[in-house]
Amino acid sequence: MAAPELHRLTLDNGLRVVLAPDRTAPVVGVSVHYDVGFRSEPEGRTGFAHLFEHLMFQGSESLEKLAHFRHIQGSGGTFNGSTHPDYTDYFEVLPSAALERALFLEADRMRAPKLTRENLANQIDVVKEEIRLNVLNRPYGGFPWILLPPVLYSTFPNAHNGYGDFTDLEQASLDDCAAFFDTYYAPANAVLTVAGDFELDRARELIDKHFGDVPARPRPHRPSFAEPRPTTELRDTHTDPHAPLPALAVGYRMPDPVNELDGYLAHLVLAGVLADGDGSRLQQRLVHREPLVTDINAGAGLFGPFEARDPDTFSVTAIHAPDVTADRVLGALDEELDALASTPPGEQELAKVTARWSANLHSEHDRLVSRTLALGAFELLYGDAALAYDVADRIAAVNPEQVAEAAKGLRPDSRAVLVVKPQEGDAQ
Amino acid sequence: MTSATHRSAEEIGRTATGPRELPPLGEQRAAADLAHTDTVLGNGLRVLAVRKPNVPMVELRMAIPFAGDDPAHPATAEVLAETIATGTRRRDRVAIDTELALIGGDLGTAVDPEHLSVSASSLASGLPTLLDVLADVLTEASYVDNEVRRESDRIVERLAVARTQPRVIAREALQRHRYGDHPYTREVPKPEDVAQVTPEAVRALHASAVLPRGSVLVLVGDLDPDAVIGDLERALSAWASEKAARELPALPVLRGGELLLVPRAGAVQSQLRLSAQSLPRTDPRYPALQLANLAFGGYFSSRLVENIREDKGYTYSAHSGFEFTGQNATVQVEADTANEVTAAALLETRYELGRLGLVPPTDADVESVRQYAIGSLLIGASSQAGLASQLLGLAAVGLGVEWLNGHPGRVAAVTTEEVAQAALDFFAPSRFTGVVVGDAETLAPQLTALGGVTVESTGS
Repeated sequence: MAAPELHRLTLDNGLRVVLAPDRTAPVVGVSVHYDVGFRSEPEGRTGFAHLFEHLMFQGSESLEKLAHFRHIQGSGGTFNGSTHPDYTDYFEVLPSAALERALFLEADRMRAPKLTRENLANQIDVVKEEIRLNVLNRPYGGFPWILLPPVLYSTFPNAHNGYGDFTDLEQASLDDCAAFFDTYYAPANAVLTVAGDFELDRARELIDKHFGDVPARPRPHRPSFAEPRPTTELRDTHTDPHAPLPALAVGYRMPDPVNELDGYLAHLVLAGVLADGDGSRLQQRLVHREPLVTDINAGAGLFGPFEARDPDTFSVTAIHAPDVTADRVLGALDEELDALASTPPGEQELAKVTARWSANLHSEHDRLVSRTLALGAFELLYGDAALAYDVADRIAAVNPEQVAEAAKGLRPDSRAVLVVKPQEGDAQ
Repeated sequence: MTSATHRSAEEIGRTATGPRELPPLGEQRAAADLAHTDTVLGNGLRVLAVRKPNVPMVELRMAIPFAGDDPAHPATAEVLAETIATGTRRRDRVAIDTELALIGGDLGTAVDPEHLSVSASSLASGLPTLLDVLADVLTEASYVDNEVRRESDRIVERLAVARTQPRVIAREALQRHRYGDHPYTREVPKPEDVAQVTPEAVRALHASAVLPRGSVLVLVGDLDPDAVIGDLERALSAWASEKAARELPALPVLRGGELLLVPRAGAVQSQLRLSAQSLPRTDPRYPALQLANLAFGGYFSSRLVENIREDKGYTYSAHSGFEFTGQNATVQVEADTANEVTAAALLETRYELGRLGLVPPTDADVESVRQYAIGSLLIGASSQAGLASQLLGLAAVGLGVEWLNGHPGRVAAVTTEEVAQAALDFFAPSRFTGVVVGDAETLAPQLTALGGVTVESTGS
């Protein structure tokens, strides 16, 4: 296939723009990525970045509360937003007739969101319900993305709960919101992406019309979140009131996703060799041959790869029977890592992983919402939207020695182990 | 918080030039006509093949009617679904995974009271391999003893996890309350039944029930829809039977009634699940009812979401949607809420149900849901996987590409009066029944005071 068409530009106010026309279906995707995620929220305000994401849907100068949703859905579109460690995205997919409307809506809240006390109080309630739904009232809630970081990391940005503690959420003030917006939601700190059915010149014109006069503000300083790797094995136990079976999460540090991309990709391939499919090493051994676990997964990034800057986490998670100890599972994992470190995987073993990655990336790009978000995230994190398309080839170029090298780096004396125990008595 | 000299919230929310006009919608282009074939193979399998070469992939979906009234059927069917692709005469589990992986492929199976479903995909260049593996699994699945035993153990472990999920508990309670002992209610098998399943029983079920006649297969992707029919005919030639796959017996018409409060001690959140009889997609009044449902709770800008989430903050998730089962259809209204506001959320939900018929959606409301209905179809159909899933749902009830192409026109023709009539006829609170799952000790006093709620006795 020919490389998909891609254009980039920067407005005078610093807003970076990615344009990816594709006329095969009459729908268009629009996203804005802001370069701030939950790693940037201050101590005492855990969950603030996500809470603020909710507030950005609550109205702006030209749009009363609820109008944003009504205009997008009333144009036939869908929308959402999500908060990640290092960025927050807002997006909509619509029939292409609604392109200008989507640009207008995103520009209006970038220029002048309506932050009110009433909406803040209402969205604190909504976020608390979201946390009850996704964490507190279900088995393995927050496993491992909330539970593992405080074991592996020691600094607040990397270790804290990005959903937030209820007490912190309740402390959030309107002035916090104003400060957060003014600091982080500057056009120069954002990437606008438009993908799908549009005419290039017309889109440029509309973007200039709606975003051109968003006043420039300085791009905030982006701090490093680097911290030393653990020098010993760190362990913790969490009691889950709903879980029927014990579980285990193992977290390792991995190469810088941006500045050591090839090493990072070797870890991605390693995760596939370890746990993707019935033929993978840990599935074969731990699920089927021995069998010690009910399910096992390995992956880069606690929300998936290409979602965060350094430091990022390589994790292995398993749910296992009560009579199997965590140390047995860890012992088997270490043996498999040692085996890969001393004898690199075969060509076919890698071909399996890279073909699946290639297929998965094609499928992801076929969904317009995922394609739009991938282009925006790669532009934001890597300064290179085209990498969204090129990364399949970069993964295919990973060689067996690089995978062995990655396995060698996942040491027992530099990792975090989180054990999830079901609460004594009946699981409710 | 960070910048010492930031503007106030009020300053941020206004500009010198003031509010701006919302731009109008432009001219909408229709979706391109898709080259497709809709035919029945010699073995009785209906095939829908669509060319959609956005990316060099193919998506395959299949639904085999798979009903059974034997009490052991759900457990045997569950084990069959988990082991059908774990070995054949020619390939063991690892060989199947290896061949699929090398074509960037995946093949998954799942079962519910209605269907055994297959969902698969691969790089387009791997389609011959994908069809070969599929045919092998359909005709030569071997169900070797240790795979059946091991998968049965895993299912028992997974069921233990599933049965702690509030949404699973709520779904089981709703099914029991709506349909009693009908086979449709047996969605999650009992662990003790799964433990009893033998390889012989699974093989016997496969031989008698995994049948092409009456089943449907959908292929969407970078393919030639004419040539692929011949490929399928050849690949699946050994999959044959004179018997037809077994359809689920018709569901009884759902009547309104008391909600049942199902206790879940210590829960921090409750599940509200209401349900009423509705209309299938083939009914001429369906488009109007579809729009009435969207206006009620089918999208974010609906009355229910704007009331109990955006105004009152009772819930993160409130939704109303259809459940199509064969030629039957029901509507489900769902919300998860904190204990202290559960009764209030139920009160507001009933209020909105009543209001939908009495103070029906306006012209502007109807226009909004109309655009949403048409736009959602376009967006769903714009990806290979989305289109394949849309078509499978339609094909399973005898519809196809023509229904999909014709639906925007039907939705465009619906009048505000027709939506109002559908709202009055189908959304009256008295037509609904349902369940509330949660901490009975906290909930019972308020819910019984509200009325129309029975507390389930806590025996066994």
